[in-house]
Amino acid sequence: MDAPRDGACWAFIRGSFELFVYGWYPEPERWRVNLSFLLLVIAIFGVLKDNLPGKKYWLWFAVFFPFIAAWLLVGGFGLVPVGTQKIGGILLTIIVGVTGITFSLPLGILLALGRRSHLPVLRAVCVVFIEFIRGVPLITLLFVASTMLTYFLPPGSSFDLLMRVLIMVTIFAAAYIAEVVRGGLQGLSSGQYEAADALGLTYWKAHRLIILPQALKISIPGIVNTFIGLYKDSVLVLIIGMMDILGLGRARLNDPLWLGLAPELYLFIALFFFLCCFSMARYSLGLEKKLRTGHKQ
Amino acid sequence: MANEISDTPSAEATSVDSSDLIISIKEMHKWFDDFHVLKDINLDVRRGERIVICGPSGSGKSTLIRCINRLEQHQKGTIIVDGTELTQDLKNIEIIRSEVGMVFQQFNLFPHLTVLENVALAPIWVRKMPRAEAEENAMKYLERVKIPEQASKYPGQLSGGQQQRVAIARSLCMSPRIMLFDEPTSALDPEMIKEVLDVMIELAESGMTMLVVTHEMGFATAVAHRVIFMDGGEIIEENTPQEFFTNPEHDRTKLFLSQILHH
Ligand SMILES: Nc1ncnc2c1ncn2[C@@H]1O[C@H](COP(=O)(O)OP(=O)(O)OP(=O)(O)O)[C@@H](O)[C@H]1O
Ligand SMILES: [Mg+2]
Repeated sequence: MDAPRDGACWAFIRGSFELFVYGWYPEPERWRVNLSFLLLVIAIFGVLKDNLPGKKYWLWFAVFFPFIAAWLLVGGFGLVPVGTQKIGGILLTIIVGVTGITFSLPLGILLALGRRSHLPVLRAVCVVFIEFIRGVPLITLLFVASTMLTYFLPPGSSFDLLMRVLIMVTIFAAAYIAEVVRGGLQGLSSGQYEAADALGLTYWKAHRLIILPQALKISIPGIVNTFIGLYKDSVLVLIIGMMDILGLGRARLNDPLWLGLAPELYLFIALFFFLCCFSMARYSLGLEKKLRTGHKQ
Repeated sequence: MANEISDTPSAEATSVDSSDLIISIKEMHKWFDDFHVLKDINLDVRRGERIVICGPSGSGKSTLIRCINRLEQHQKGTIIVDGTELTQDLKNIEIIRSEVGMVFQQFNLFPHLTVLENVALAPIWVRKMPRAEAEENAMKYLERVKIPEQASKYPGQLSGGQQQRVAIARSLCMSPRIMLFDEPTSALDPEMIKEVLDVMIELAESGMTMLVVTHEMGFATAVAHRVIFMDGGEIIEENTPQEFFTNPEHDRTKLFLSQILHH
């Protein structure tokens, strides 16, 4: 490691790999992180793969996965509790990204429907919410999460910082998803609503069976774009002192042992984000193509 | 069929037993903001009656039939469909909609579903019919409109005439008591109009109550009991097809007929 700098030195990455992946998660409990990663892969597989036998159960598993993973990672109920301040690195990045993605989509859809509702109060609430969240930088929301939010909570109660950050990231992404989905809803002809109404379908059935499948299909590029943005913006948590992969890496560079290895570090982190985001982009392209050949208009 | 028509007395001629009325519209008005689109509409339709509605563009024909299944909301007067009055009550509206079929000018099939799924959808989700039974039933109606072989295609892969026949099957699958048609053939190329009208004529022969907005005079003469002429949001004239086309009373009707005849 004292080698002259005429080649890249990847020992740095190798030497810190565990830290980068697990943060300060206690060593004897790391199997829980590994199990969560494995379950995540299974959940993603179940959602994305077509024609799986028992697809319904795979989807249910994906719905419950975030809660199972939360239990595994934080502990309690029979597992040794692990404080969320111990979570860092890639684990933190993935937690923020996956939570934001899974919860912002349904929330965004509901906000988009609310914004088009005929009920004036509901519509007003949704418009104010969407416009307020969109009008404020994510960093500001994260500062709100790290400081101000405690003012709104009953005195004495402590509300986990990671939890607050997850809520902020989710509503931030949801506001953008809402606008993307609203665009998709506007792309449908009024005839689709009328035909569904004329058949006697209720509002929710019409949306579930007729309106949303078409509107979401139109919105796929925008939705995935928002997801990719959210995933990359997760690095902003380092500004409020949380150590995601970028934060950890930068802290590591201060170690005299690793001095001057910034290029390798940043290349590694860039590659990590690129692989995640590029796979999302590829998947979305594939999905669009599949839905297109299914039924040409 | 000619017999059937001449046997049927026109609605005004006999005082009808009110239990025989399937649609009863009284002193109905509708506004779009401050535009008075329907003015004092009175219309009674008996079970099994077939009515053709015609009139110049913008006269309110579509709006009138869309009020019957509450795609549009009226502001004054009453509309009673099969014994249920149309009010704000959502339950009533859903009941009425499941018993009133509607066919649109633009077909409005669901493009993300196959033909079979389009037709079976409402029986499954509104009538709670088991899927297998609903699909079997849907095939029966696709045979009735003569396109069972297209069942697994998507609407975008069909011709306009075929799409409109699917739309008719989709409505019929709910076993409606009333069928509303809003210019079902106006968006079709001439060579496809006949295949759709044939299906509608067959439906008429089965005794379905039908309200049809159309300018197809041949269809009106063949199946309608009454022709209603609308202009400026009012019902101007109603008569049997023979009288209506050969001997119109009002000047506006005469003008309108001369225009569609010269086309
Ligand atoms: N949603 C709406 N808002 C405002 N005005 C409307 C609306 N729908 C229709 N109108 C107006 O109401 C009038 C009647 O429209 P309607 O569609 O019932 O006419 P129509 O007789 O069916 O005409 P066409 O033969 O062109 O279909 C028209 O002047 C139209 O511009
Ligand atoms: Mg019209």
